[in-house]
Amino acid sequence: MENIQALMQGFELALSMHNILYMILGVLLGIVVGVLPGLGGPNGVAILLPLTFGMDPTSAIILLSSIYWGALFGGAITSILFNIPGEAWSVATTFDGYPMAQQGRAGEALTAAFTASFIGAICGVLLITLVAPLVASFALRFGPAEFFAVYLLTFCSFIGMGRENRGKIGISLCIGFLLAAVGMDSISGDMRMTWGSGELMRGFDFLVVVIGLFGVSEILMTVEEGLEFKGKNARIQMTVVLKTWAQMPRHFVTLVRSCAVGMWMGVTPGGAIAASFMGYGLARRFSRNGPNFGKGEIEGVLAPETAAHAAGTSALLPMLSLGIPGSATAAVLLGGLMIWGLQPGPLLFVEQKDFVWGLIASMYLGNLAGLIIVLLTVPLFAAIMRVPFGMVAPLILMVCAIGAYTIANSIFDIWLMLGFGIVGYVFKKLDYPLAPMVLALVLGDRAEEAFRMAMLGSGGDVGVFAANGLVSTLIVFALTLLLWGPISDLMARLRGKVATE
Amino acid sequence: MTAMDSNEDFDEAVVRPAELDPEADVPGISRRTMEICISGLLVLLGALVLVDSYGIGAGWSEGLGPESGYFPSRVGWIFLALSVLVLVQAVRRPSDEVFVTVPQLLQVVRVLVPLAVYVALIAPLGIYVASALFIAGFMLIVGGSRWFTIAATATLLPLLAFWVFELQFQVPLPKGPLEMALGY
Repeated sequence: MENIQALMQGFELALSMHNILYMILGVLLGIVVGVLPGLGGPNGVAILLPLTFGMDPTSAIILLSSIYWGALFGGAITSILFNIPGEAWSVATTFDGYPMAQQGRAGEALTAAFTASFIGAICGVLLITLVAPLVASFALRFGPAEFFAVYLLTFCSFIGMGRENRGKIGISLCIGFLLAAVGMDSISGDMRMTWGSGELMRGFDFLVVVIGLFGVSEILMTVEEGLEFKGKNARIQMTVVLKTWAQMPRHFVTLVRSCAVGMWMGVTPGGAIAASFMGYGLARRFSRNGPNFGKGEIEGVLAPETAAHAAGTSALLPMLSLGIPGSATAAVLLGGLMIWGLQPGPLLFVEQKDFVWGLIASMYLGNLAGLIIVLLTVPLFAAIMRVPFGMVAPLILMVCAIGAYTIANSIFDIWLMLGFGIVGYVFKKLDYPLAPMVLALVLGDRAEEAFRMAMLGSGGDVGVFAANGLVSTLIVFALTLLLWGPISDLMARLRGKVATE
Repeated sequence: MTAMDSNEDFDEAVVRPAELDPEADVPGISRRTMEICISGLLVLLGALVLVDSYGIGAGWSEGLGPESGYFPSRVGWIFLALSVLVLVQAVRRPSDEVFVTVPQLLQVVRVLVPLAVYVALIAPLGIYVASALFIAGFMLIVGGSRWFTIAATATLLPLLAFWVFELQFQVPLPKGPLEMALGY
């Protein structure tokens, strides 16, 4: 009851004139960011973050989270019209979306994708509204040891649930931690891994790393393939929209299934990318129209889009209630909280009520605004893709460079961005996942601090991580997730051996 | 991943010059070589981390608890172990896949070199003039645009950036002699 009241107050805050303007601006920018290759959710938010330093935190997060919603919507446009996923999470949308466009059903595919996204997002927000306050009030009892255990759980579930080589996920996490450690140690004041360089004393700013890893590297990948865009025309007529909406109830089961998958994958840091593939795969297996998948089946668009958005939205649940982001973009937003002077974690729900509920209310409104805007403006954004790449690429790189510079007014950071661009390019091609690195970079210092406080409190006794039921359950759960993959591999191999003998 | 495979059927929206087709028989760097190089580098990096962490103390100090190298050194050991593991995997890997072909690499270099020059020019010329040169240079290298399109893009985009960042958001970006002469 109390929460509903708080949410209503949040709506009041989010519905103020300038916040609505920020929301619309954010969604529009987000769609541009989602449509253009080389600018995505994480680095779109990273580039704009420095511009919000002086803003009121609530307005700032409304602007930035709206960019996130816009990017989630925008990714679908290029997937369907150009068969080029604007974002990794919309790869699965190309499988059926592009064939539909080829058959002249682009409007139907786009409407389906946007509506599915909206439904997924609203499910995610509902989950946040209902569950986040409970998680936060539960987490108020956490001490440093419990927090470290939750961090450990996050990192282990990355390794356990990732689709890449587990060694490489682990390496990516470790690099994130080590990058976070560079610079002055906040507890002792010692210089760590600076090798006498004055520039490294500040450490690596995660925003610079994100812009390089996700922005510059993406451009390099795009030129390597020598892409030229040649797309289908798009115009969405109101009748098509209504006809597609009328079909929605028929696909109820698919939508519910994808929502569930997405919410689960978002809360545990599996992320929107894995969720969209899982949503697609499950729909294909269980749908009556399964054999038509890949040939332009509307369910093949609905399933991944719903799952991706449900995951993308749910990723903010652990970020708000525990201070642990569920995706790379959520990690960037979390970094933003710290820059605006808010302490992420369960106390946020107690101390920053206005901020939290304003944000949650803006999630409902932002997604609604996003749906309307995106349905109205598709032709406009499809036109962006007709601008020659030779013009778009330097513009994106210029924006990246400006973004990297404004974080700390340092030209050295632009060089770092370039370096991380090359690292990101090589890592992507070798299947080292980048999201764990960003997550570990953002959380590294906090995880280390929790660990050191816990150890200090116990006088150096590692037993503090098994001292009570809560912390030992978390640790056991984390280790189970970590070892789940190798053990199930081993069991499969053993079973295979038995079968062949 | 059957879902991924089905994507190959409708590739015609992507126009790829013949020499950039990964299937074509062109020279390039093998993926195995690249995997070995990178994991080898990571092993070295891991060793460096350990040297530094133990150098500043990775043990226990009375009063402060774990010393500042405590946590990085533990992460460093895990990092080193995983890097060695991936290195071993890379060495045992069959060398059939191509990491990047020479024509692809040239494409990437055509972007990277102008980008590096651009970053180098930001300090002496200011970001706006450097951006104008970068945009013009990039469009010339990529080709396909007429000279007045190039000139217009290279002037208008930095001006737009100036308007947005300097005038609207009041974010000071690096400026050079031209801005100085104009009184900013």
